[in-house]
Amino acid sequence: MTRPTNEAEYLARLIPPSLGGVNRRTVLRGAVGLGALLGAGGLAACGSDSPSSTGVPTGPVSGTVSAGSNQSDAPPKAAIKAVMDAFQKANSGTTVKINTIDHNSFQENINNYLQGAPDDVFTWFSGYRMRFFANKDLAGDISDVWTNVTGMSDALKKASTGDDGKQYFMPATYYPWAVFYRKSVFKDKGYEVPKTLDELNALGAQMKKDNLIPIAFGDKDGWPAMGTFDQLNLRINGYDFHISLMAGKESWADPKVKKVFDTWAGLLPIHQPDALGRTWQEAAQSLQQKKSGMYVLGSFVAQQFEKGAEQEDLDFFTFPEIDPAVGTDAIEAPIDGWMMSKNPKNEAAAKKLLAYLGSADAQNIVVKADPSVIATNDGADVAGYTSLQKKSAEFVKSAKSIAQFMDRDTRPDFASTVMIPAIQTFLKNPKDIDGLTNSIEAQKKSIFAS
Amino acid sequence: MARKYKGIDQLSTRDKVVVGLMVVVPTALVLWLVWVPAIGSVLLSFTNWDGIGPLSGIKSVGFKNYVDIATIYPPFWPAIQHNLIWLAVMFFIATPLGMFLAVLIDKGVRGTRFYQTSIYLPVVLSLALVGFIWQLIYSRDQGLLNAITGGTTDWYGDPSVNLWAVLVAATWRHSGYIMLLYLAGLKGVDPSLREAAKVDGATDRQTFFQVVFPVMRPINLIVLVVTFIESLRAFDLVWVINRGRNGLELISTLVTQNVVGEASRIGFGSALATIMLAISSVLVVGYLRIVMKEE
Repeated sequence: MTRPTNEAEYLARLIPPSLGGVNRRTVLRGAVGLGALLGAGGLAACGSDSPSSTGVPTGPVSGTVSAGSNQSDAPPKAAIKAVMDAFQKANSGTTVKINTIDHNSFQENINNYLQGAPDDVFTWFSGYRMRFFANKDLAGDISDVWTNVTGMSDALKKASTGDDGKQYFMPATYYPWAVFYRKSVFKDKGYEVPKTLDELNALGAQMKKDNLIPIAFGDKDGWPAMGTFDQLNLRINGYDFHISLMAGKESWADPKVKKVFDTWAGLLPIHQPDALGRTWQEAAQSLQQKKSGMYVLGSFVAQQFEKGAEQEDLDFFTFPEIDPAVGTDAIEAPIDGWMMSKNPKNEAAAKKLLAYLGSADAQNIVVKADPSVIATNDGADVAGYTSLQKKSAEFVKSAKSIAQFMDRDTRPDFASTVMIPAIQTFLKNPKDIDGLTNSIEAQKKSIFAS
Repeated sequence: MARKYKGIDQLSTRDKVVVGLMVVVPTALVLWLVWVPAIGSVLLSFTNWDGIGPLSGIKSVGFKNYVDIATIYPPFWPAIQHNLIWLAVMFFIATPLGMFLAVLIDKGVRGTRFYQTSIYLPVVLSLALVGFIWQLIYSRDQGLLNAITGGTTDWYGDPSVNLWAVLVAATWRHSGYIMLLYLAGLKGVDPSLREAAKVDGATDRQTFFQVVFPVMRPINLIVLVVTFIESLRAFDLVWVINRGRNGLELISTLVTQNVVGEASRIGFGSALATIMLAISSVLVVGYLRIVMKEE
């Protein structure tokens, strides 16, 4: 379930990459790659500034530290190696052993992995998925690393904090969800960025007249449509309700939730039809080929665009306002990063490595390699950003509240086994909203009670 | 030479040890690899274990998982239905088709080897590849089928057609498998039976249905069992396509969705697996009864 991170992934793991094409995993990998790049950044950084400047364990570290990475594709794998090499160089006597695991297998086996003999540090995601393992006592407390971290906002720290108030996560990169479009298409046709739901509907009608599919849409993998639900819920009911709904504290049969599905049903006519047989990559290609006008997705949509001019042509706006009382200051921006296992063999080196992975130097390298994500560290060099990255950074900074993604904000078992089928059922039959929300609520009660 | 066997006392100590090991080792393996996991699944199906933590931390929830499955788990009943449809199609279409192809090839049409190989080819291909091949054919926007017919049917995405689209792919594969099994059987039929039938003036059709088919009873039984088992555990192809959602729910995919990955609803998934086990057992018991009776 996932942003690019979960469900798709988890189900996708079984799917061969040839079939899956680029999916979230790729995104994740990108993130990991970023992590790796971070490492690489470290390299670059090494020259001028030792990573140890960020603190963590004072004094030199030594020995072998192992890093579990789900970046199994060649380029991010190489990037991770570069980053780790840089860390080794800056900390002579320390060896980083990278244990690369196929992306899908990694996520599928995370439970067994963490209960077996996990690596000292490993790639993971923020949100409920991080807190879950912290609660289960499978993750190492890195609060002391955080005392010396610079450049990370309070929001990021909060996103790295477990239910017990300690930090368990080191953010590396993130990416916002929004409505993406091609500047050239909007310019050619004279479209205006819609600010409200009515304007969005009007724009959709106009695009239809112009033989464009207004909103590209693909939900074969089950998770991308979660993003649309999140956007609508954030606009209609606001951040607090959304988070509490995700936490299982609100009823899914609440009229507020029904209103989200109702509004969505009203928007379906301007969505690309037959979404359940289409992957997000195929939907993104229809945007890239100018067959559709807009696409609600994470900025990893850029991966389907060629680097350079084509990516420069890609732009986005925040999901339009639906209720003026709620506004548009809540957005979604999932964070990828690193965690430490419960009993690392080399704790000192692991913590130093985590501090390094969170540093601006390391992140600079990562975001350069994957322009669809942005660095979490404020100190990262934004001058090298593409215009999309610059805008993403602004966008995230100006947001008042940041949600992660449905499969990161709620229990993974609920997201994957209940919400994916439920949303797909809704897309098949948008009429029976009462039956759908009652069914979700009944399953939610059973799952959250366990 | 032919000494009368006087019971176990006649065996030397070494023989006894060997015999003992020959009995104990396989028994232990069967117990450990078959019965422990099977009974473990059944036991876990009465818990809400999430796969993390010691076994002592497992809490029993009684029949809650089963009640949930039957009442509030929407994919369950469609999955049962799809499994039955799958079984029916394999039984009434794919298997007879495979048998028919075997008979044709056995008749010795020209280029027998070529046909034999090409029909069997899908069985050799990995399911990932099978899924991919059909994806190229079925894709709504980029697929061969829609390109040729000019249609816009969403073969894999439209829940009213995707099961049938997948069944075509499954039949493509299954009939090749059955063909090979059946062909082996046909080759083993004593040619003098056919000759005798011919001498008696039987037509080809009569020869097959009244002579060859009954003689092949053991093979028929195997084919029958293979068909049942393959249909009940149908999984890979569907999983490769969309992980068993949106019209392609099967019990096996529901088990995997719940147990594998971060979801880790081990208890719930075990309950689904137990249901699958119960259904399979009915068939296995039926099969065993037929075989036993025969002997």
